[in-house]
Amino acid sequence: MKKWECVVCGWVYDEEEGCPEEGLAPGTAWADVPDDFICPDCGVGKDDFEMVEI
Amino acid sequence: MKKKIMSQANAPVIVIGTGLAGYNLVKEFRKQDTETPVLMITADDGRNYSKPMLSTGFTKGKTASDLAMADAGKMAEQLNVTIRTNTRVTGIDAEGHNIFIGEEPVAYSKLVLAWGAEPVAARIEGDAGEHVFAINDLQDYANFRAELDGKKRVLVMGAGLIGCEYANDLTNGDYQVEVVAPSNQILPNLLPEQAASAVQQGLEGLGVKFHLGPLITRANKIEKGLVADLSNGEQIETDIIVSAIGLRPRLDLAVKAGLQVSQGICVDRSLQTSEADIYALGDCAEVEGKVLLYVMPLMAGARALAKTLAGQPTEVSYGVMPVAVKTPVVPVVVSPPAVDGQWVIESNGADVKALCRDDAGALLGYALTGACVADKIALNKELPAILK
Repeated sequence: MKKWECVVCGWVYDEEEGCPEEGLAPGTAWADVPDDFICPDCGVGKDDFEMVEI
Repeated sequence: MKKKIMSQANAPVIVIGTGLAGYNLVKEFRKQDTETPVLMITADDGRNYSKPMLSTGFTKGKTASDLAMADAGKMAEQLNVTIRTNTRVTGIDAEGHNIFIGEEPVAYSKLVLAWGAEPVAARIEGDAGEHVFAINDLQDYANFRAELDGKKRVLVMGAGLIGCEYANDLTNGDYQVEVVAPSNQILPNLLPEQAASAVQQGLEGLGVKFHLGPLITRANKIEKGLVADLSNGEQIETDIIVSAIGLRPRLDLAVKAGLQVSQGICVDRSLQTSEADIYALGDCAEVEGKVLLYVMPLMAGARALAKTLAGQPTEVSYGVMPVAVKTPVVPVVVSPPAVDGQWVIESNGADVKALCRDDAGALLGYALTGACVADKIALNKELPAILK
């Protein structure tokens, strides 16, 4: 399980925890996050800005 | 006359500014339209970076160049646009659909002003001016980091979002930080007093020293570093001063061009200014009376404007837009209420949950600190949209 960080605002997506509030169950790999996902903190899209592995 | 219209139709879409607003707009535009020529013009070197990350360099162990994600050449290729770097636009002729770079006119079909906001300049007497840094872009940040090298003490002017973020980040970089601000609490206009005090205590725990109430009136060089005179008579010795006393939309060129301005460049819901074919986006824009210097409204604007520019008129709407303050010692997220209401505050050490409700009990806004930031998503569902 990996963690990914939004390069615009620093929000972190932890694959282990998922993001249940946004409909992503714990254990959802970043690759399986839908393409229309937007960062809950700053609103950039999944495809606009690469999340970087941390 | 006919010739003029022809030349306009063939003219590119011009975007002034290559910050988050400019680049995100063009990214979104290219999803709608891969062909229309786009010319981007920037006064700096056009590197793509995220401005909010400038106040996280030490915490994340990143230098100024680490924060740059791509240079102008790479961005031009990626977006299929022309980028003129280190180029300052000096005039706009709205009627003739031209901008001016000095004497050189450049025709546009549509023009987007995405040139951002600028720091409010500090008025400090004395001979230490060259050691006062207002950090508003990547180059400023690089200059600041270069100046910090070998220094130990930093004086931050201002206890707003940027001042507090730098205070936290610089202590994470092992600098001794003192903050001077005229307000009687930190994060004024953003947090209720109890929440602000929780954040202040967190920062104090890291070693930050606050001087709330006075202003810095003068700063002079001394043998080792600088000395700042405060309006309450206190003196602080330091090595470098960061000025973070406010940010305001850049208006000069818009005013010169005869565009309607207020706090920002006035635009309607389609982000059009008072002139046809001229739009404003991001930190320089005032959308229906709202100036919001954050990424989320900028992204919403970029998506709507991209469609409008591609021939599909689209109005921007804002949902709930909470603001996160990057003070990792005591995280903060706040959604300031648009109208006055009644605050109810629960606090337990660094964890504060402050909710603002109207007479009928409807949630108007909130301020959360520490562990309470986890309540954000649930509370967002109760909040009204900022611009429906």
